[in-house]
Parts: sequence; C-alpha cells; structure tokens
Amino acid sequence: MTNGWVDIKNADVILVMGGNPAENHPCGFKWTVEAKRTRNAKLVVVDPRFTRTASVADVYAPIRPGTDIAFLNGLIRYALQTGRYHEEYVRIHTSGPYIVGDKYAFEDGLFSGFDPAQAEYDKSAWAYRADPKTKAYQVDPTMKHPRCTLQLLKKHVERYTPEMVERICGTPKDQFLKVAEVVTSTGNAQRVGTITYALGWTQHSVGVQMIRAAATLQLLLGNVGRPGGGVNAMRGHSNIQGSTDLAGVFDNLTGYLATPRGELTDLKTYLKAETPTTLNGAPWPTMNYWSNYPKFMVSLLKELYGDAATKENDWGYQWLAKVDGNYSWLYIYDDMYRGSSQRAGGTEPGPEGLLTFGFNPVGVGPNTSKIINALSKLKFLVVGDNYQIETATFWKAPKEYGGPDSSQIKTEVFQLPCSGFAETDGSFTNSARWLQWKWKALDPPGQAKTDQEVLARIFLAVRDLYRKEGGALPEQVLNVSWNYTDPVNPDLGEVLKEINGKAVTDLKDKDGKVIKRAGQQLDGFSQLQDDGSTSCGCWIHSGVYTEAGNNAARRGTQDPTGLGMHPDWAFSWPANRRILYNRASADAQGRPWDPTRPGIAWNGKLWVGDVPDILPNSPPGQYGAFIMNPEGVGRLFTPSLNDGPFAEHYEATEAAIENPLHPKVTSSPVTVRFHSNKDVYGTRDQFPVVCTTYRLTEMYHYWTHHTNELNQLQPGFFIEIPEELAREKGITNGSRARVTSARGSIEGVAMVTRRLRQLTIDGKRVWHIGFPLHWGYEGDPKHVGPLANFLTPSAMDPNTWTPEFKTFLVRLEKAS
Amino acid sequence: MTADGLEIRQSSASVWGSATELRNLKVVSKLIDTTTCIGCKACEVACQEWNDLHIVPTTQTGTYQTMPSLDANYWNLIKFREVEESGFFAWLLRKDGCMHCADPGCLKACPAPGAIVQYQNGIVDVNPEACIGCKMCETGCPFDIPRYSAKTDKMAKCTLCVDRVQVGLEPACVKACPTGCLEFGDKAELVAVAKARVEQLKQNGFTQAALYDPPGVGGTTVITVLAHGDHPEWYGLPKDPQVPVAVSLWKNVARPLAALAIAGSFFAMVAHYLSFGPKTPKEGAEKPKGDKPA
Repeated sequence: MTNGWVDIKNADVILVMGGNPAENHPCGFKWTVEAKRTRNAKLVVVDPRFTRTASVADVYAPIRPGTDIAFLNGLIRYALQTGRYHEEYVRIHTSGPYIVGDKYAFEDGLFSGFDPAQAEYDKSAWAYRADPKTKAYQVDPTMKHPRCTLQLLKKHVERYTPEMVERICGTPKDQFLKVAEVVTSTGNAQRVGTITYALGWTQHSVGVQMIRAAATLQLLLGNVGRPGGGVNAMRGHSNIQGSTDLAGVFDNLTGYLATPRGELTDLKTYLKAETPTTLNGAPWPTMNYWSNYPKFMVSLLKELYGDAATKENDWGYQWLAKVDGNYSWLYIYDDMYRGSSQRAGGTEPGPEGLLTFGFNPVGVGPNTSKIINALSKLKFLVVGDNYQIETATFWKAPKEYGGPDSSQIKTEVFQLPCSGFAETDGSFTNSARWLQWKWKALDPPGQAKTDQEVLARIFLAVRDLYRKEGGALPEQVLNVSWNYTDPVNPDLGEVLKEINGKAVTDLKDKDGKVIKRAGQQLDGFSQLQDDGSTSCGCWIHSGVYTEAGNNAARRGTQDPTGLGMHPDWAFSWPANRRILYNRASADAQGRPWDPTRPGIAWNGKLWVGDVPDILPNSPPGQYGAFIMNPEGVGRLFTPSLNDGPFAEHYEATEAAIENPLHPKVTSSPVTVRFHSNKDVYGTRDQFPVVCTTYRLTEMYHYWTHHTNELNQLQPGFFIEIPEELAREKGITNGSRARVTSARGSIEGVAMVTRRLRQLTIDGKRVWHIGFPLHWGYEGDPKHVGPLANFLTPSAMDPNTWTPEFKTFLVRLEKAS
Repeated sequence: MTADGLEIRQSSASVWGSATELRNLKVVSKLIDTTTCIGCKACEVACQEWNDLHIVPTTQTGTYQTMPSLDANYWNLIKFREVEESGFFAWLLRKDGCMHCADPGCLKACPAPGAIVQYQNGIVDVNPEACIGCKMCETGCPFDIPRYSAKTDKMAKCTLCVDRVQVGLEPACVKACPTGCLEFGDKAELVAVAKARVEQLKQNGFTQAALYDPPGVGGTTVITVLAHGDHPEWYGLPKDPQVPVAVSLWKNVARPLAALAIAGSFFAMVAHYLSFGPKTPKEGAEKPKGDKPA
C-alpha cells in the first residue's frame, strides 16, 4: 500500500476493483465503513460478482473477468475528456509535461520495439526525449506538446469510449458512467479518493498493467501521496509483504535490490548496471534516492558475510549466486517436470530435491496435474508445515489429478512438523508496510519446531559437512555470518536487529564526531555506508530495531495529526513513514492541497506532519515529489515494464472473444507460457464459459479445512452459477455440477445465484462462473474437496510471473 | 439484591417480578446496522465460543449461510438473502438472534415459573434449571428464535451475554464485529445513533430507510437499521410482530385465575415426585425449522 489501512477513513471515494475486502480483509474493511459513516464517503465496487463488498457498496458495476484495463482506461478517458482531473498536480508532480522520444509508437495492438521472434519488447524504444547536448529530459510545462506523456496518454485512451467499455467489459454504459462520475469527483484539491485492489488484479497475464492503469488514474486525479488517497494493494496473507521485502522472489535480494545476473561479473559492474542515473535538469531536480544503491548493497553483503567480507574481495559479491535466466517458482517446477533445465548458462538436469516450507504448491500452483507429476520426479522432498498438506502426500493424490501410480513414484518424502504463527515470536509486515512484532502464545506441540530452528539445524549440519568433507563453492557456506546467542534456534529479535543494521566500525559525521560506536544499532538507512563500516540485512526496514529497542513492538496510540497515522504504533517502512510520496500531498509552495487533510506541509524551515518523503529541510522546488524515480515525478508513461509504457486491454490467454480493439493481437503478445505436454490451453468453441477463482472469509488458504469449527461455517466446495445459466443446464441449487477446462475437471455443489449475471460482450452472450479454492484431499473426509487449481492455466504476467488464476475458460455441465 | 440491571422485571408463570422499581436502572440495547454488516460471521463464532456451544455439523447446500436456521447450539446466525425487484438487486445480510422484546412472547407463553425472566435492563434470559422443555416459548415468539435441544430437554437462545453485561462488558458478538455494525449501550443513546444513520441513508437515496424497533412487542432491546425499512420481510423480519393473542390471554387473564389452582397442584407435584422420581429427558431428533435461506 502507498497509504495504509487506517488511512482509508480519510477518503471521500473508495474504488474497490480486483479485490473483495469485506470477504478477504474484513478487519481492514472497517476503515472503509468508518469513511462511509463519518465522511459519507462513497464505496464503488466493480467486480464480476456481486460480492460481500458489493452488498454494502454505494455503486456497483459488473465487469467481465480480466477486462479491468478497458474499464480503467475508460475512466482515464472520461477524466481527460471532461476535465475532471487535477491539472496543477499533474503539471508539477507527474511526468505529464515530459516529452517522449520519437521511437515510441502504438499501432494495431503492438507498442514499438516488439521482437516477434523472442516475443519481447526492446524498451529503449520508449525512452524520453533527451537534450542532445546536456542529455537532460525535455519538458513542456503547458502539457500541450503532442509528444508529452499527457497528450500521448490522451491519444492512447481515445478508443476507450463508454460504448467500447460496454462492448469489452459488458458493463452497461449507464453503470459505467455512474462509476466514472463518482470516481472522477476526486480530481481536484478539495476531494480525495483511494483505490484498493488485491489478487483480482495481480493474478492475470496483464496484472501489472492493471495496477499501472490504476496508478495512472490516481496520478491524474491527484490522489497519490495524499491522506485518503493512494494505490493500495491488500496483501493476500498476513506476512506476504514481509516475504516480498525479504527476497521472497528470485530476482530480488532484500529491499528490492536486484539479484546479480551472470554477466555482472564483479561488484563495480553490478553497481553500475543497477544504480540509476538521472538526466534531469529542470524544472524539478530529483533526489534520485536509488543513487544510494551501493550503500544498501555493500551493507547487505557485510551483513551476510561479516568479517569475511572485505573491500579486496568485493565484500563477498562473488559468493552470491548469479542467475542466468528465470527461476521464478513455476519455472523450477517446469524444470522438474521436464527433467531438464535450460537457461543462458546451458542445459542441465532438472532439480533432484526440493525443500518447501509454509507453502503448499500442490494446492497453490496452477495446473495441479503438472505440479503433482513434477514432484513425482524428485529423489527427495522435504515439507515443513504445521498440517499434513497435500504437497506432502502428492504421491497419494486421487487418480483424477493424473499423477503416476504411487508404486511408480520413487520420491522420498520427509515431513518436518513446524510451528504455527501463534507458536513463535516474530513479526508480521502487513499491507500498510507496518512491521508488527507478535509474541508466542504457546509452544509448538509434540516434536514440532519453529521454522527458524529447522532451517538453522539444516544449515549447521551442511556447514559441518563442508568443514569435514569440503564441497562445491565452499565460501558460500563457510563465510556466512552466523552470530546468534543460540545458533541452533536463532532468536528472531536478534534477526530483526541484523535486518535493521549496525555500525561495524565507529561511524562519524562530516565534522568527525562519532555518531555511532562500533556495534551500535543504526537509526535508519540514511546512516548506511558503502565502505564496509555498516551492515544491514534489509535497507528499507532499517530503523525497526534501533538503540531505543524493538520499534516493531511499539503500541503507542497517540495520533498527533488526527488522521490515524499513529507514529508510535509498530514501525512502518520506510523510515516509519505512513504515506509514501507524501510530498505530493502539497502544492508547489508546500501548502497542503486540502488543509483539513495535510500529509506534510512546509513551515518555512522544515516539512512537518508525517515523516516527509523528501529531505526534511529541502525547500519546495528543490526536489521532485517522487524521489525513487530518477525523473523525480510520478509516471503517466512507464518505460520500465516488460509489456508496454501504457496499459492496453488484452484478452486473457484463454480469450473469451477476439479483441475488439485489435483482432490480430487478441491476448498480450508477451505473456509467458510453458510448452510441456501438460501446458494446454483451451479455446472458446470448446470451453465457452469464463471462470474465475477466489477465497472466502470463513477460510484461510489451504489450512483451515483442517479446522472443524470453520468447516461448520463453510462446509465444502461450491460452484457459483448464474441462475439463467443453471436453468439452461438443468442445474438446481444444491445439486452437483461439473466444470471442465483444457487441463482438468472437477465436481461440486452448485450455488445458483443472481449475484452473477449474463453479460453481453461484443454483441454476444457470455457467461461467467466461479469457485473458491480452499479445499483439497487432506483433512476430515467429510470436508475434503477438489483442488480448484486443477483447472487454472500456467500463463503468466511477463513482469512478475504471476499465473493467470483469475480468468480462464471452462465448460459447465450438470453432474451425472 | 441482585447486581446492577439484574433485578427481575418479569418472570414466566409468575404474577410479579422482583424489581423494586426504586433504582433508576438503564435499559441496554444492541444496535444492528444491516447496511454495514458484511456477513463475515465473526459474531457467529464469538457467540459459539463465549457460550461454550458445540459444533453443529453442516453440509454445503448452495448458500453462504452457515445453516438453515438457528439451533440450540447456534444462537447467532447471519441470514443471507438475495432480493430483486424491478431492476433493483440487493444481497441483504442480517444477523438473526433473540430480539429481547420489551413485551416478550416467549416469557408470556412459558408455563414454568422462572424459566424465562426479563431483567430491569431489558435482557430476556433463560433459566435452564426451571425450564421443563415444553416448547411453549416457541409458540409465543413472533421471531422464531427459541430452539429446543432434545439432548438436554431444554430450550436455548441468545442471553445477550448477560454474564458479560453484568460485569460491564459488551456481548461477545459486539466485541468481535470488525466493521462496527454492532454496537452495545444504553437504549436511548443507541436509538439516537440509529436514527442519525437512518437520516444519512435517506439522504443517500434510501428513502425508506428505517429503524426496526417494533411496537407490537413493546419495542425490542435489539434494534435494527434497515435500508429498506418498508420491507422488513426482505430481511426475514416480520412486518408487524405481535405476541399471539392466545398467549396474551393466557398470560394476562387465564393464568392469574389459575394461580390458585397451581398452588394447589404444587402439592400434587411433590407427591408425584416422591412417588415416581424426576422427569427424564426424552431422546429424539430435533425438528428442523425456519425458512429456506437464499
């Protein structure tokens, strides 16, 4: 989230798309209700289903699954055509005035720079126009120049008329216009609106572009950086934000530093490639905060390798694993399934073994049959979990999932009972970026151990073997810094201290005065150095555990601004800032757009209010508001994504219709697909019904069907079917129905409802259905159910490699 | 003297309660704002856990609703209803449970002395010790709330967490509600809160919004904000609930006349007990009842 849960109470309009917070984030949803009650805020819900959130909405509009970009571009067009956007904000805080280079073009569904052979874009085609001498960006403050990003955006969205939105999304024109009117009512200084979304946006082959379109809309409306505004991801798990912050994805080290690639052979080359430079001259010079990249990276290496990391050995850079291609987890399963791994580094055999902790790939992954078959090719599998999950027993999955007969599976499975969240101390990092400490409520039962103890024991045993017997790349293992009071069961408080960072040697200010003695905890990332004098496990979290103690454990409820920022409650990364980009909450002179809802304000000497997202004593005009972008402004045009600088509507990989905008390029040309014999995709003539998957408030992922109190509340799997479609198929409420995709077929109880409707898409009748994903074959036999992802495809977003769980094609029948 | 608020105003099959009416005791209330209820069922779980009730086996029958209707082990159930009328569609979610009527039909219908009592604070409570499992309370209730348990041969329903209220806490359901659609407090104050919310709804286009506090049962301790106040039946609420005439006659006319007879029969009861021992619970299936959920 750019803002936070509590801040939603400051909004005048709350647009919920690609999410169902009343269902999946009921505690966070209280702030939406608060805004409705106290500010008479309007809740707008756009969703394929009339959801629990829709049930309390002021405005609801239906939409065909996967067509959100068409809807959002329609809103952008409406704002630009009617003038209902915040022009002054756009001029000073966004890239609206920036002029784009001559190579950029968009034609027949393709952006310039497309390479059909590789199915990739050459992004250099989308560069800003730079002054040939100074290399500075060129800007037109009047935003009239035909090549400025605002004019290009206007041209790009011209096609998304309300009629086109209706044709693509199936949203009746009057309902679309109602949404547009309410949402764009915030395109000014007086009002502010927020957008909240979740996996209903991320899990598409165009997921990142959906969020990009929302960010563009919010920048146009002047809603980014302001209390009550922002683009707010409602994370799918209590600590998923923490896992992404701490290198949960293969191409990130901690704090979103890049995993080194093979060609970056030494630290200097790596830092040169990853540290952005700025070409900016005027009118808003930028802090380009990422120019501090070397300090973050060297401090991380110093944390990983301790005394072994020296200037002479590049602080141990050579010991980091380098990637030679994509190792996102579905690629690893693809390697496993095919028994071979092909990357830039050559062809190697697929993985032999797998350690999986707190993760149930058989339930979570798309195309279940492929996952089960992939696991059956391993020599060994280690599963650490607090329940007997389907992954641990993949070898006895019911026959219909298409796995080999268990007598043919040679995989040796080790099940390690691990603690649950209440059985260990630690921290959760929530959607609002708060690191919140929690305390153990009880001991793990029986022989179960905490995850950190299990991992520590494995690491120490491997290190012992290396010491005794040697092995490949010994420095990687032997040089790891492991200085815990109890090395076998590291205290997570000590780990949090490492994440925060400390002074390795005495740290002096520019006058030579010692500000931190060697060994003292740092105050924050502004103290990090690139000379080995500081260590820090995750730069964005620095400040969480200072000499004052564990700030994540703070529970102060003071609210000096009255806007629910609560600076003494836990720790909000970065720097305890509650609202990102908050410099944009004020105008060019540093006066809040809305004095009743100030983010920060310039008092003549300092920025006051929230922790400023800018140098605290830099006068207005010195730096642009978006300090993490080298151009210093919010981007209406994004030259860094893999699938285009503007969001464009593409159909899902399994397309329900031909794309009315450009029939030759129906689905995204750069979507990633796999090519094994299990990776099959359906067509609309065989599979005419659009299908989506989701979660329920009564259940948590694949865990809670092991809990009979909750099985009472949601006793089993069901398929939601529109009333008219059910009638056509002879399916009655409570009877059994069967859903089949190109990959699998599952059966369940039909929930016949009027909350899903037939939509008219491009003049044709299109049905959509959906089902929740919480069940599996493990647990109480009375409450087992089909694995929803048996049906979902492994087509992926080209930026995040997130699978397209939310839109695929199926056939629906009455079960015999 | 009983604790604050627990002086008995009325007691079943008794002519008088124990209330002295000397103390100025407040009437409590629970406000349900259906327009901000998201049907998350936190109240259902909190109720079951606080009251130590057993899990009720359920099966998926094609609804989000936990079970068809209340149960002796489930005193708090959110009803899910799809309503469609001339192009207008709503998914109405309402927490169902005892309304704690000012004029409680269950109490009036109950023939067992002291089995159902109404405290000065408005809570209508059950006393299992005195309950004889005759199910007469079901006939007296216009909201279809009391449930008979064949296992215990007693009736059961929401007590408004009288044990919590007595020590100054809100009922468990209110404590658990994440959106604040449930509030607990003084009735006069909550009626004001509810009326303000109704006004806000009216301004937002729900011209028929209303507070449900039906006069036919003397008003209720549990009051409900409805966006469609002209259609309480859309929420599964009776339009104009009344205590059945027969029950009122029984309580107000017939029973005082019978009081003497009861006193006489008491001696006969004692004689019967001494001869045959206590009544033993009958085994048998509980009759499912209630309406079909949407």
